[in-house]
Amino acid sequence: MPYILIFFPLLGSILGYFAKSLGDRYSEIITTTLVVISAILSCIIFYNGVVHDVYENYKILDWINSGNFKVNWSINIDPLSSIMLIVVTSVSSLVHIYSIGYMSHDPNKPRFMSYLSLFTFSMLMLVVSDNFLQLFFGWEGVGLCSYLLIGFWYKKESANNAAIKAFLVNRVGDFGLAIGIFLIFYYFGTVNYNEVFIKAASLVDKEINFLGFNTNLITIICLALFIGSMGKSAQFLFHTWLPDAMEGPTPVSALIHAATMVTAGVFLVVRCSPLFEYSQVALNFVAITGMVTAVFAASVALVQNDIKKIIAYSTCSQLGYMFFAAGVGAYHVAIFHLFTHAFFKALLFLGSGSVIHAFKNEQDIRLMGGVWKKLPYTWILMLIGTLALTGFPFLSGFYSKDAIIEFAFFKGTPLGYYAMTIGIFTAFLTAIYSWRLFFMTFHGNYNNKKILKEETHESPLIMLLPLTFLAVGAVFAGFLFKEMLIGHHYLDFWKNSILFVKEIEHLHLPLWLLLITPVLVVLAIPITYYLYIKDTSILDGLKKFNEPLYNFLLNKWYFDELYEFLFVKPIKFIGFILWKKGDQNIIDRYGPDGFSKAIKFFSNKAVKFQSGFIYDYAFVMLLGLSFLLTYLIIN
Amino acid sequence: MISIELGHYLALGGVIFLLGVIGIFLNRKNVIVILMSVELILLAVNINLVAFSIYSNDITGQIFTFFILTVAAAEAAIGLAIIVSYYRNRGSIRVQEINEMKG
Repeated sequence: MPYILIFFPLLGSILGYFAKSLGDRYSEIITTTLVVISAILSCIIFYNGVVHDVYENYKILDWINSGNFKVNWSINIDPLSSIMLIVVTSVSSLVHIYSIGYMSHDPNKPRFMSYLSLFTFSMLMLVVSDNFLQLFFGWEGVGLCSYLLIGFWYKKESANNAAIKAFLVNRVGDFGLAIGIFLIFYYFGTVNYNEVFIKAASLVDKEINFLGFNTNLITIICLALFIGSMGKSAQFLFHTWLPDAMEGPTPVSALIHAATMVTAGVFLVVRCSPLFEYSQVALNFVAITGMVTAVFAASVALVQNDIKKIIAYSTCSQLGYMFFAAGVGAYHVAIFHLFTHAFFKALLFLGSGSVIHAFKNEQDIRLMGGVWKKLPYTWILMLIGTLALTGFPFLSGFYSKDAIIEFAFFKGTPLGYYAMTIGIFTAFLTAIYSWRLFFMTFHGNYNNKKILKEETHESPLIMLLPLTFLAVGAVFAGFLFKEMLIGHHYLDFWKNSILFVKEIEHLHLPLWLLLITPVLVVLAIPITYYLYIKDTSILDGLKKFNEPLYNFLLNKWYFDELYEFLFVKPIKFIGFILWKKGDQNIIDRYGPDGFSKAIKFFSNKAVKFQSGFIYDYAFVMLLGLSFLLTYLIIN
Repeated sequence: MISIELGHYLALGGVIFLLGVIGIFLNRKNVIVILMSVELILLAVNINLVAFSIYSNDITGQIFTFFILTVAAAEAAIGLAIIVSYYRNRGSIRVQEINEMKG
């Protein structure tokens, strides 16, 4: 069964691509069916795991068997991977179904569906691996699919640029991950999770010399791995690729850049919890990075005008939440937030896709508004998504986000309290930008002059159906799985897939902490409505008064410009020099070009020899003959 | 009185041969001159053959000379025919203008 689960998406990807000769419809049906089967199987596996406690390691093939270095392709089913399987396959199958509707006008449907399935396969390989090498395979596989799908509309230059940017930024992170894996192999002699995690405890105090600094081995490994996570999960300093990745089709944004791939970084940190637990430095670094990202991304999302970019920054910010949850040691809460986030963020993305579809590819929320009666279903679904994201009481985001804030408080260290404050503040910012998005899209006055209000239309059923499923998930996922994943007996579920060296104690929560987040979140609704719909003059005044700050946020803290100045320009300059001077002036000039020039020169000289006059030939013959004779006679 | 020895015949042959060779590549005017030079070379060979034939008292050399004379006659006929047809095509048999093989 696990084999089918993993390989059906790959099969779908191959068959789906070649089914294009039969017609687009066939490839849509093939890929979607196979992924849906995977989703059903992963539910069964999850159920078996929870109820019958069936967790096993299925071996597929030997991969590398060299000396004492053994790596297998394998399917490792444990609580952590089974819950990731659910997230990946269910969101993926819903996105497959949605894409049939969303991409209906695109001429390259089979290619799109095939890429989606291939992505699903890579992601599954990533989550079920039992060693770092297979994880790296999946890691690069999802990176590749992300590149292919961002650049799916390859005729658009911005899409190509965004794809290349995403690929390059991810490579920087992957470099860190690769170094982490090398270090693990060098000092542990193996890359299998189990063996590494068992040995970790004995290597806690080992010091190594890294780039001339004496550092703790575990710390340096964790930091290297975390750099990989930062790249993939678009954390602060590596975040620039994620908003640009929105150039891809909306289903891609929902699947890859919200629900699954970007959470691979969180998954890696949680998977390596037995390592991170032994390095307080690395954990603090994770927590601080997470906090910075959460606040930073939320602040940028406040002023963006592109509907998808707002949600992209929101994703960035929520990933920050997950990381600081992991950083304070609450790995299970991080995964719980990952789980609920996958549902409501995919819902928001697909909902925004439905809005974009209705407005015929308009993405600027300033050019929308007042259409909630025209798009009732999309309106309701987006409303649910927004409520869930902001953490409105009793929806899924409420449980997971509050749990993060609570666990930060339980931690009891200054960093924990700081993280809690940041968490509450970010939750408030999240509420404001989400409701701003919602109100500006659906309420207020209709502002678009290009499309008549009557022309906007509700999306077809095939797009609304997956949204409905996701909405159900967004509403109930938190409530249903709360007790199992983060309740008092959470270790009954997680078993040994997550290691807690020091278990976080459940303290009694002060009432003010219990109330503050929901109250802020609920208060944000009328405030936002008033500011953005009823009376925009206050905001305009604020904007004028704080012009520099507004521009600072609007331009995303000038990160793109900074990177352009710090990295892109110098590297382009070096590349230009190497190209013009090194390649063209030295290698080409003395290499291929030089040779061809020399040959041409000498052959031109040799051509002069062929005068065409018979007496010249006769003369040469005579000379040759006499030389030959002389030689023979002398000998 | 100088008796005429083998060496004298060979020297004569050598001189005629050289005349023929030099005639081929110093000649800048006429293809017919080249043809004549080739005949000269053949004659030089004939003189050699006859001289050696007398010297070694062996008739084979003289028989060979007749063969060569026949071949030379045939060759001259073919050569002249080629020159005639070349003249018909080109309107000239000046050596300087025959450089079709120039690279």
